[in-house]
Amino acid sequence: MAALTFTLKATPPERLDLSALVLERLTGLDADAIKALVVGTSRDGLTVGDLFDVSGDDPADIRLSGDERLDNIGRGLKGGRITVEGDAGIYLGRAMKAGLIAVSGSVRGPYAGTAMTGGTIRIAGDAADAVGGAVPGAMHGQAGGLITVAGHVGAYAGDRMRRGVLVVEGYVGDAAGARMVGGTILARTLGTRAGAGMKRGTLIAKTVADLEPTFVPTGTYAMPFLTILRKWVESEVPGAGALVPSNPMRYRGDMAALGKGEVIVG
Amino acid sequence: MPDLSLNGVRIDDTFAEAFDMAATGVIITAPTAKWAEIAAKTMTGFATSVIACGCEAGIDRVLSPEETPDGRPGVRCLIFGFDAAGLELQLRNRVGQCVLTSPGSACFSGIDGGKRLKLGATLRFFGDGHQISKKLGPKRYWRVPVMDGEFTVEHDTGLAESTIGGGNILILGKTFDQVLVAAEAAVEAASTVDGVILPFPGGIVRSGSKVGSKYPVLMASTNDAFSPVLRGNANSLLEPDTGAVLELVMDGLDFAGVKESMRRALHAACSLGPNSGIQRISAGNYGGNLGRHHFHLRDLL
Repeated sequence: MAALTFTLKATPPERLDLSALVLERLTGLDADAIKALVVGTSRDGLTVGDLFDVSGDDPADIRLSGDERLDNIGRGLKGGRITVEGDAGIYLGRAMKAGLIAVSGSVRGPYAGTAMTGGTIRIAGDAADAVGGAVPGAMHGQAGGLITVAGHVGAYAGDRMRRGVLVVEGYVGDAAGARMVGGTILARTLGTRAGAGMKRGTLIAKTVADLEPTFVPTGTYAMPFLTILRKWVESEVPGAGALVPSNPMRYRGDMAALGKGEVIVG
Repeated sequence: MPDLSLNGVRIDDTFAEAFDMAATGVIITAPTAKWAEIAAKTMTGFATSVIACGCEAGIDRVLSPEETPDGRPGVRCLIFGFDAAGLELQLRNRVGQCVLTSPGSACFSGIDGGKRLKLGATLRFFGDGHQISKKLGPKRYWRVPVMDGEFTVEHDTGLAESTIGGGNILILGKTFDQVLVAAEAAVEAASTVDGVILPFPGGIVRSGSKVGSKYPVLMASTNDAFSPVLRGNANSLLEPDTGAVLELVMDGLDFAGVKESMRRALHAACSLGPNSGIQRISAGNYGGNLGRHHFHLRDLL
């Protein structure tokens, strides 16, 4: 079987909702049925066939040519692999449970990996706001799985994160891990208000801008957990293991919330 | 049938009778090899016989920092018992009292796959609500605050079913001193097999037992057939000049491992030869009806 490949014929005239292009919804559909799927978001009712050249027949291996107007790529994904050549829009991998989404460009829209519970998202470029965070009104953000970003990400990364790991090899914007209740965010640097209101969870970075005064230093930290994390990160994201410091300072907080979270800097 | 012998040492044409057991394992690490070993020895202490100790445990092998999950020196221990529930209880008590308490220690799964037994899943509660869970891929770790920092412990460890307990050899010789030298050499050789432990003190048993007793409450009693002071009993199996008998007992994760361990022990003991006072090698069995696994000494030559 060959990879099921969707190649854009031209820049989409409107934002597209690609939540139908996942393994569990494409299984059993023939080429004509796939081409008839509606992906447009206006009343024009644009279909896959209107916008993409479709080839291949393996829904477990989906390849997409990217564009920042492609929203909901891999939304609710339960298995298989989606490869995006280029950029992606909002809600990439939202609520995905398993499988892999790899983006060779950048994620231009917010809320990638929100509410995901498993699987892996790999972004070769940058990502916008609220990666692994919570959509407005949601009780939790990322709740499992792994998100890796080779570039930089925007604000509110891991907002209300509950479980899972977010690795950012570049810079993270403000309010990373705000209101976090679990999980791990590993980055090169964190912006201001990192961990504001966090109850539990772990933020790790080389530097943090203006750590909130509600974080209490607990001394240097050289426990086995860091080695375990470094090994695991290196196995998942080769080269990123070096982001885990070996003899850092540890701060607990946010003492204005539950105070069982931590920011590890060094 | 010609008599069996190796290097002039007579080999009884008999077999060791071994039993099905369940096993689990843990990897204990510490800042130094010394403290990993202290924690491991403490945890596997009082674990010679499953009847009275609840399990049979021992150090399988010493691990280099490259082989451990946290990059520190470590030791892999194996624990053999009757069933999963019993092993889980032993893990909780032994790791909780002997590893959690040991300075700088951490404890990880020593057996991948299989049914999972609770490890950190119960010990985490020592943290009184301050414990931190970290799930990395399929593995969950607990970080429990303690007075020297954190006790890191994996959530669960594996259960190995259809493992084997009770492989053994008996070393017979002229004097106690000579037999002890041979037994120590045999233990050293037998211990080199991965996945096999020798749970008795230093790997050696001097009080081999038979099933039953004249006292109704006892399930086992002294192995009178091999006791030099009971020579003259009708059932004695000792020559007039045999002065001492020592036994090695092996528990292993599979048949091949136990067999190889017995083979290495037998060859190490026999290599000393009759000039060192080693006369004969035998093995303990119960007639062949109690244990499913029979290790015939003639297959080990």
